[in-house]
Order: sequence, then C-alpha cells, then structure tokens
Amino acid sequence: MSIENQTAPTTPAGRTNDGAPANLTHGAGASVTMPARGPEPQPRGAIIRGNHPIDQQEAARRFMAAPQHLAMHDQRLWDLRKKRDGQKEIIEEWEDLRQLASDIKTHTLTHLDTYLEQFEKNAIANGVKVHWAKDAAEHNSIVAEILRSKNAKSLIKSKSMLTEECGFREAMAHEGVTVVETDLGERIQQLDNENPSHVVVPAVHKLRTDVAEVFAKTLGSDPNNSDVSYLTEQQREHTRPLILKADAGMTGCNFAVAETGSVVVCTNEGNADLSANTTGLHIVSMGIEKIIPNLNSLAVFVRMLSRSALGSPITQYTSHFRGPRRGAEMHIVIVDNGRTDRLGLEKFWTSLKCIRCGACMNTCPVFRRSGGLSYGATYAGPIGLIIDPTFNRHKYSTLPFSSTMNGSCTNVCPVKINIHEQIADWRQVLAENHEIPAFKKSMMKAAGALLASPKLYRASLPMADSALRHLPRFVLYNKLNTWTRGREMPHVPKETFHQWYKRTRGVDGKKK
Amino acid sequence: MSSTDSRAAIFAAIRANRPKIQPPLPDVPLFDEKAPSDLVTAFSEMLVKMGGKVLDPQGQDPISALRAAVADKGIIATCVPELHGDASLQIRQILPDMDPHSLADVEIGVVRAAFGVAETGSLCLTDDELIVNTSGYLPQHLIVLLDPSQIVANLHNAYRRPELREHKYAVFQTGPSATADIEGVLIHGAQGVRSLRVLFCPEQD
Ligand code: SF4
Repeated sequence: MSIENQTAPTTPAGRTNDGAPANLTHGAGASVTMPARGPEPQPRGAIIRGNHPIDQQEAARRFMAAPQHLAMHDQRLWDLRKKRDGQKEIIEEWEDLRQLASDIKTHTLTHLDTYLEQFEKNAIANGVKVHWAKDAAEHNSIVAEILRSKNAKSLIKSKSMLTEECGFREAMAHEGVTVVETDLGERIQQLDNENPSHVVVPAVHKLRTDVAEVFAKTLGSDPNNSDVSYLTEQQREHTRPLILKADAGMTGCNFAVAETGSVVVCTNEGNADLSANTTGLHIVSMGIEKIIPNLNSLAVFVRMLSRSALGSPITQYTSHFRGPRRGAEMHIVIVDNGRTDRLGLEKFWTSLKCIRCGACMNTCPVFRRSGGLSYGATYAGPIGLIIDPTFNRHKYSTLPFSSTMNGSCTNVCPVKINIHEQIADWRQVLAENHEIPAFKKSMMKAAGALLASPKLYRASLPMADSALRHLPRFVLYNKLNTWTRGREMPHVPKETFHQWYKRTRGVDGKKK
Repeated sequence: MSSTDSRAAIFAAIRANRPKIQPPLPDVPLFDEKAPSDLVTAFSEMLVKMGGKVLDPQGQDPISALRAAVADKGIIATCVPELHGDASLQIRQILPDMDPHSLADVEIGVVRAAFGVAETGSLCLTDDELIVNTSGYLPQHLIVLLDPSQIVANLHNAYRRPELREHKYAVFQTGPSATADIEGVLIHGAQGVRSLRVLFCPEQD
C-alpha cells in the first residue's frame, strides 16, 4: 500500500499491522499462526439417501480419517472459541448482557404477533414492500415474481441461512436467474456445489489447497498457488464485475427492529452493503423470529453477536436498512417455514431465540471433529441437533445423538438457550416416537437414569469435565458413548453454567 | 396461497402456538459508568485493533494532511466540502443523482462520519454523509473525517443517537472490509475497501 503516512500500529497480539497479511488478527482472523497444511483430498459430507436417517457418524469417520483437515478445523474453531472467551473477560457486564439478550428474546417471542405487526407498519411507512411466505416454496416464488417484475436476470446476494433453508439458489436456477454469492466463504461453497458447513464461516472445513483447486476449476486461477491473499484477490477480481453488472441485490437479516422498521445485517466483508446498494432493487429474506423490539435491544445483540461468533468486538460492517434509496425499491419477504410450529413446542420453542452466532459449534467437540457437512442438514452442530428434527423428525432422528452432553454449548450461548437439555429432550421425544434406530437405544438407557434426574445430571457434568482432563484414554474411550470412539476430547470449560450460576447467584437465584 | 392469505395464516399460527406467558421487556442500561474519559484515545486504539488507521497530520493542519494523503493517488471521490475546488487533485465530487456504479474506478473515497463509537472503533456513516451509498464500498480505499467531539462511549449510547431513526441507511463501519474465510488468515479488502483511515477534523460550519 502506497498511502501510509504513520508508523506501524500494533495489533492486540503484538504484531505489526503493516507486514504480511497473515499477521493480522482482528475481526475473524485467527489469533494464532496456523501451520501450512495439505494438500489432502477433502472429505465430503454426509451421504444423503432420500428420507433415510442421516448417518452422521459415517461422515464424521471420513472427516477424522483426513488428519490435515481435522487438525486445521479443530484448531481454527477452538481458536474462535478462545477469542470469544477473551472478549467475555474484557466485558464486565457479559453475563448481564446474556441475561438481557435472553430476556429480550423471550419477551419478543411471546409477543411475536404484536412486534411483527409493528415492524410491518413501520417498514411500509418507510416505503418498503412487505411480503409474507408460509414456507420455502412460497419464499422462492415471491422472490422470483419480484425479479420477473423488474426483468432481473442476475442477483448478487450476501449470506443467509434462511435462503439455504429454502433451497433458494436451486429454485432460482429453474427460473433462469443467475445468483452470485458475495461472501467469500459462501462463494467458495457455491462454486464447489457444496452447502455451507458453518453458519458464520461457511468454508471453514476446507484447506487453502481445496480452495485453490475449486478456484482453478471455476475461476481459472493457478491451481498450484494456494496463497490465501492470492485466492482472496482472485475472488475479488472475479466477483466485482458481476456485482457491477447485477440487476438486483439480496441480503439476509440478522435483526429486524420493530420500532423503526429497519433490518440489520452484519458482515465483515461489506458484501451485504454492496449487494444492497449497487442495484436498484434490494430484497431481504427474513425469518419471523428475527424481530426485536427496539434500538436499545439491538445494542445488546450487536454487542454480543460478533464477540460470541468470532471473538471480535463487532463485525466490520453493521448495516441498518430502514427504507429504499431514492429511485430504488426495497422488499422484505417475511418467512415462517416451520417457525410457528416450533413456537408451539413446549420444550423446544426457545430454540427460536438463536441469533446464529455459531459459538455452540465452535465449542462443540463433536462438531470440531466431524465438520458441519457430516450432519447432512442446513443447521449443523448443537443448534442443528435441536432444530433440524423440527424440519423432519425421521431424517434427522439420529442427530440429537451426536453430542457428548458436556454442556459447553449451553455455557457459551449468548441468548442462554439450554441447548444440551433440549438435546436430551429430543432423544426422549424421538424414542417415544420410535424414531430411534436400535443401536442407539442401549445408549439411551444408559444415559436415561442420569438424565431422568436433573439433580444427578447436573452433578455429573463437572465430573465428566474433569474426567476429560485427567482420566486415561481407556476410561474415556469406552463404548458407552459412541462419540468418544476414535476422538481426542477437547479442552472443557473450567466451570459449567450451573456451577457458575450456583457460585454467583446462590440457590435462590439472587445475585451474590 | 397469496401473500395476504399467508400473512393471515402466519398470524393465526403465532396466536395459537405462542407460549402463554407474558414476561416483560427488560430495560437496557447504558453500561457506561466506567467509560474512559478520553474517548478519542479509546476510539483510536479500537480502530487500530480492528484494522483501521489514524491519519496523523504530523503537525500540519488536517486539511493539508488530507491533501497530501490523496495527491497523485488517482481518482479521488469526495463527499466532503473540504476538498472541493482543488484543481491540483483528480477530484470527483459526489452528487446525489450519480449512478451508484459510477464510483467503480475510484481509488480513494473521502467521507465524513456522523459520529464514532469508542467501544468498537466504529464510524457511523449515513446516506446523508455518503450521498451515494456505494461511495463507502466501491472505492479501493476510504478516508473518513471524524469530529473528535462526536464520539460516544459505547453501542448503547450509539443506538440512542437520532441517526439510526432518521436515515434510510446507516452503517457502523469498523476498519476496512475483511475476511478470514480461508483457514482463518485475515485479508483486508475482501469485497469493499482495502484500507480505512480516520482523520480527526472538526466539522466546518
Ligand atoms: S444456539 Fe446460541 S450459541 Fe448456538 S448459534 Fe444459536 S445463539 Fe449462537
């Protein structure tokens, strides 16, 4: 860069910011230097056989049989978890913020109709066109219709888990619309014809050599150059003309603010802003659970999201779209797709509090050891285990067993979803509905006595944790938990949520 | 099903399924009792941690420093009056009726922030400041002028500012565009600007 006129600043890790790009550690960057790995053939995800239950362990075994991929994935995600812990330590009010985030979501979900009405009213007053879609197919046809009305044939978009849920890109292919993902990770996955493996870092399971191979095939880059700066620049150069030529832009929505009618999108690349601001048409895909009451609430979530996700204080871009630009159009498609059903599930409705930060994935030993694609579902990791069965109880019946029940997901969740308890509850529900394969049933029984008693269960957690630290391998790797087979157990949090709660709040729940 | 039917169906399902409890909406405190007294320093430190830089005038007045920083760097697009009318620079003044695409060849964009946030080193840019929203994204590099008196302590204070209610578009931009999607290696300039520098400079009347 030729435009410097000051001395090199220092990053938190004490390295210079002006040297090699690999020395940068802010934002989504790793706080450690990751050793060069690969090449090694990329293990692919779960084999999908129609409506058959997903064999996650089969795919996981293949992932673990690829040592370079396994080591990188595990190191990268554990580093994100540690960076998150670093942020938690700096923010004195962290636990207050978690409680606020949880309470705001609980309040909003129990008043969802009121806030959706308020949001709709304000968005319309701001000049936005609001659409409602009961399911994925309706979402896709509404978007197709908007695009047709503008004769739009090419669409640039930022990452959105909802559009993944809706099978949006395939649907647009049938409509003759070219979709270009503008998030680097998501673009890699699109070019490789593979689903995102993680809600925040979609290509985290790929080595740089895998990316070099994908780009060589699809963008014509040098197959032998797997330098990350080179690969990122190749993508920038390739995508920019597509952005400039596109007829329409689309973004997801991290938060929808009822009070102002605005949608908020968080990215590190600025690609949502490019997608929304470059063309004359901005379409937003939004799930009904994204609603929050007001801007004061938004502050809580913006403070928590990136810190929980990446251990970064905020995403590089937090963008607030309240209405169309002069001369442009803005549409918001508000989607149910199973969410209202989930709202009625007594044990599971709080999963709708999820802000898709991915912290539960980063901390999960199963996820880190098996890769997100092994789950064979839109949502992987702990949050996936508790929401995938709401989409298809049979196909995803095995997923709630892909957990060591160590409770770490619950401990890190910024909106305090009792993830591991819901995993246990799903096991029970699925057992009652005879959705559980025979080989899992014995496991259920063994875990059953423990899980039946919340007190016993809680007492067992810290023991399990210290066991992970101190017990010899032969004790750990017994047959009871299929998930310890072949796996090194990760670091465990020093304190479980319940321990923390008891220590800081005492038995009566009052703060000490 | 039409979108209106779906709307009715969704609201009916919510009302039928919604848990029948009425927990209150909690008040959100400002959490700023321990905010640093020197917000300029706190902001600058966070900006640098997030990959941005402070453009140090090195003894010059800020506008001379700005001119020096953009001289001979190619096309400069400016949303601020401070640089207008300088024939020695390749200045393109951003006007409201410009096509968003017309900024694709710009090397450096210059814009003023509405305010800064010390907690995160973020700059609030609105559609008023950007004039054409792509002026924050299509240039290769961005220089942002910030009035040092317009820095709030944290995001709770930021969201109480009027900008977020009044503008059709407002962004908290924090450092340059960045990605670490490949093996966690952080690269600036994934899609948006490759670098971001902040020049402290009080707003002219
Ligand atoms: S369940 Fe919690 S930790 Fe997991 S992605 Fe959702 S908000 Fe984040």
